[in-house]
Amino acid sequence: MQQGNSFTRSIGLIPSSVMIGVFFLVPFVLIILTSVSVPSDEGDYQFGFSLVHFERFATWFYIERAFFSAGLCALIALLSLLIAYPFTYMLTRFGPRSQTLWLIYILAQLSLSEVLIAFSWQILLSRTGGIGNILAWVGLAESSFAMTPSAGAVLAALVYLAVPFSVLLLFPALSRLDRSLTEASRTLGASPLRTFFTVVIPVTRPAIISSGVTIFVLTLGAIIVPQVLGKPEHWTLSVLITDQAIFNFNMPFASALAVVLLIISGGVIVAVTKFSGGRS
Amino acid sequence: MSGLTIEGVTKKFDNITAVEDVNLHFKTGEMTCFLGPSGCGKTTLLRMIAGLEVPTTGKISLEGCDLTRVPVHQRDIGMVFQSFALFPHLSVGENITYSMRIRGHSRSDREDRARELLDMMHLPGVEDRRISQLSGGQRQRVAIARALAINPQVFLLDEPMSALDANLREAMQIELRKLQQELGITTVVVTHDQTEAMTIADEIVVMGNAKVLQTGTPMDIYKKPVDKFVAGFIGTSNLLPARMAGKDMVRVGETELKVGHVVGAGTGADQDILLMTRPEEVFVRPTDAGVPENAVHGTVSFVRDIGATIEILVDCDGHEVISVLTPKDWPDVRIGDAVTVEMPAEACTVLPA
Repeated sequence: MQQGNSFTRSIGLIPSSVMIGVFFLVPFVLIILTSVSVPSDEGDYQFGFSLVHFERFATWFYIERAFFSAGLCALIALLSLLIAYPFTYMLTRFGPRSQTLWLIYILAQLSLSEVLIAFSWQILLSRTGGIGNILAWVGLAESSFAMTPSAGAVLAALVYLAVPFSVLLLFPALSRLDRSLTEASRTLGASPLRTFFTVVIPVTRPAIISSGVTIFVLTLGAIIVPQVLGKPEHWTLSVLITDQAIFNFNMPFASALAVVLLIISGGVIVAVTKFSGGRS
Repeated sequence: MSGLTIEGVTKKFDNITAVEDVNLHFKTGEMTCFLGPSGCGKTTLLRMIAGLEVPTTGKISLEGCDLTRVPVHQRDIGMVFQSFALFPHLSVGENITYSMRIRGHSRSDREDRARELLDMMHLPGVEDRRISQLSGGQRQRVAIARALAINPQVFLLDEPMSALDANLREAMQIELRKLQQELGITTVVVTHDQTEAMTIADEIVVMGNAKVLQTGTPMDIYKKPVDKFVAGFIGTSNLLPARMAGKDMVRVGETELKVGHVVGAGTGADQDILLMTRPEEVFVRPTDAGVPENAVHGTVSFVRDIGATIEILVDCDGHEVISVLTPKDWPDVRIGDAVTVEMPAEACTVLPA
């Protein structure tokens, strides 16, 4: 009985395993192989083993880019959680009808492409566009000015991209939060704010951590927003990878950078899982 | 006025009335049970005392202070929730002293109090455990300890026993009652279990359809229910349709019976009423033993002998009367026998039909 069950279960897993194998594992192995390839006389490169591309990464310019990318994405994860968490908590207190409407609206937001969002923000932050003129009009600025390209513009647009994701990632945990826990906290003398910090946040900590990590990894892969809204010094590792792959035709170095990016994401995921698994 | 007072409290959710014009007074140090079927408004009433709901109209006051608009966290209450609502991210000790942490007590004070409360709840040495490591009964004790940590003026429990299995429930009822008497704390318990209410309460408030139907000591309510709903809800009752036939006299079919207790409204002369008796107060006699005073005739329809007691079901003109006897009163009757059912006057209560 038990064996028959596990056998049928294995059969059921075959299609998805093949899919993942063909479309994820094979390209992944190819990237790793390319990143350690050696130059060739007949073509760009041939399979072999050389760490020359990783040595090129190990210069201050690229290491600094890696730190900048990780720092930027961590900041974005933090900011989008700060916006999304209180909002989602309020949302779970709404009636089922308005909850559904809000969730549909947020899902619709996700369907907008990164390109569209990047160029919209470019217009919004331009000298002749929206925000600069409004600031000048209300008297906060002497005359309208361009706010792009800048690090702030990159940050704003990426946070804008990340917030709907955060809401959707936080929503299940917050809507499952047992209402009697917050009520118990109130009867024990905690104000609503105190309850939020001493009960709601600690109880939903796993969801906060996992959505923070997801946002971090997602924005680490963003290429268009930093390119459109940032100066070259605001380019993230992902932009540099695109640059190497598309404009410099240097596949091996692009692959090496991709592997570094992967190690950063993997490292963050492992570190966070370990750190947050410590208490339970 | 001392104690907890509810005056003219009504609670409406949209157009549904959950609690309608309730007036109650709880004496300091007494234990009161809200008893009623689910959906009768008893939990809503308790939540209004806690401050988790605001009354639509009316006033709730404690020791003369109006509490109606005081936010939950500023009321001096302890509450045990149906699901216990223990904080999963805190240890047992941290759960119990959460209210003290909020009020800024020192760590050593909190640890001492947690130990003291756990000793009182017969759960010594578990303060460092996680909530997930506790059994249902242990969780309930922790929930009670947590609610009592700051010695609140009012102790509220919402269906506290419903998550426990039957044996544990009975033991906890007795323990809770003893604890409450020891601490002398004004306590309100919501329950739908009449045995639980009779076990633990000084006073029972029977509720139905958003209204208070009757308030009184458990024995008052058992012996003198105000209507057939209360009679049916508290214990088993025999209800026979009858008609008033003069002062303290009723007529059941052709038979006239003296009654001991008549409830006010709808029980005037010649009115249709219900004659209520309790199974342990009526006696089945074989017809050949002569016709006793105050008895009705019937046929035995079922005999259930469960050792400690014998239940005899008698069909009286299509209405069922149950008599519960101890084996020594066993009248030796079989199914189909014609019998008389003696209903002593003091056992008969007249209720409005």
